[in-house]
Amino acid sequence: MNQTPESLLVDARGLSCPQPAILTRQAISQAAGRVLEILVDAIAQRDNVIRVAVKEGWSAVPEETADGRIRIRLTK
Amino acid sequence: MTALFLYTDRDAAHPRTGIPPRRERATEAVTYSLGAGSGGWQPAHVNQMEGVFFMSAHNRFFASRWAMILTGGAIGALAALLVKWGNPGNMGLCMACFIRDISGALGLHRAASVQYIRPEVIGLVLGASAAAIGFKEFRARGGSAPLLRFLFGNLAIIGALVFLGCPWRAYLRLSGGDWNAIPGILGLAAGVFLGVLLLKAGFSLGRNQRGPAPIGFAFPALVILLLFLLVFAPMFGRDADGRLVGPIFFSENGPGAQHAPLLISLFIGLVIGFLAQRSRFCTIAGLRDLMLMGDTHFASGIVSLVGVAFLANLALGQFKPGFADQPIAHTDALWNFGGMVLAGLAFTLAGGCPGRQLILAGEGDGDAAMFVFGLLTGAAISHNFNLASTPAGPSPYGPAAVVGGLLVILVVGLAMRERLVVSTESMQVTQEVKA
Repeated sequence: MNQTPESLLVDARGLSCPQPAILTRQAISQAAGRVLEILVDAIAQRDNVIRVAVKEGWSAVPEETADGRIRIRLTK
Repeated sequence: MTALFLYTDRDAAHPRTGIPPRRERATEAVTYSLGAGSGGWQPAHVNQMEGVFFMSAHNRFFASRWAMILTGGAIGALAALLVKWGNPGNMGLCMACFIRDISGALGLHRAASVQYIRPEVIGLVLGASAAAIGFKEFRARGGSAPLLRFLFGNLAIIGALVFLGCPWRAYLRLSGGDWNAIPGILGLAAGVFLGVLLLKAGFSLGRNQRGPAPIGFAFPALVILLLFLLVFAPMFGRDADGRLVGPIFFSENGPGAQHAPLLISLFIGLVIGFLAQRSRFCTIAGLRDLMLMGDTHFASGIVSLVGVAFLANLALGQFKPGFADQPIAHTDALWNFGGMVLAGLAFTLAGGCPGRQLILAGEGDGDAAMFVFGLLTGAAISHNFNLASTPAGPSPYGPAAVVGGLLVILVVGLAMRERLVVSTESMQVTQEVKA
């Protein structure tokens, strides 16, 4: 039924700099083949998370959610 | 940087990643969170969330390194010009000094030579508010340990006023040839390093919450009130001789009396506030991200600030290399260093330099506003308790305040750690839950 890879969700909402970036790096180191999803709620944090992910060689697709927050899908 | 942002729409998979923007799959997921008391991994269900992400050319530019370089360069050039137009030497822009001057102008301290409502601060906040509102980034938020942020603001400015400047001014002093800035910047780096160690150990002030509009608009509204106080400088009080005094005090001599014309200062503040809000310019992030993950994105802004300010100072005849007789500076290397260790640590734990905190406060962050109020109050404490340095050197009490402040902030920093590290053990638990 579930055809997409397992995903890990990192809830970084409401955290100050640089914690979303730190959590993203930790999640990347623990990803073990999984897709990552990072939740943030500030544009600045979105950009920080994407910068970290891209630097680590991941692709990032941010999506604005219905409640105005941002979900970033990271794939290797 | 072009790979950074990817456009997706509702109907098509992304061309590069092939990821459909609307997922039609089960959304069983695992939370990897820093939530209070969560203690690591927790299984959670995620609701389907819909949305379209689109990034305009404007936003792509402002997320790039070039925007950081532009903002740093603008701060460097405009700060040099502000000195030419009347601001104190190597103090075209200094958020610690300027907040200290505002503190004095409001009568919170009575150091007569440093009292002025600096229009640059007003402009910086309102420029950030305008940019945030215009680009739909204004978000009223708060509730992430406001009292500790206030305390960190107190300690940060006590340290900064032992050195005599915020990080922006440390770099501007360097660009003007004031070599006393070098121990200050080294101290700043040492403070940021201590902060990075605490962040790596899991330091967190906790999550903020979205809030109703007044949480976000209170600070910009107070800044508009400050503009009225600057323009009208009401006199409600009388001294023993019957002369009108207060509540607004403006220096008649000293650094507080040196200022560029109001409208120029205000306009430059607005421009920098706009640029810094868009680019997220932050001098603390520059050093922090370099140490934390070797990232040079924010650091490029600092390099640009120093380079452009140096060239502008050279062109304007304001570059005067040396240690002695530098404007509003002292030559005590140890306490130039020590003061900035405290300031750098406090800024790092609070999430940004004073300029960045003003920008955040302008875009609705009530916690950043609490940090700014901490700076304002801390400046008053610094002068009323005679902790601030003068051009003659550190005060007899400044060094003790720095050491005491460092102890306080290290204890608080160690006590505010949350479990960030994910152990293999908890990962197995997670996998059991998922199976």
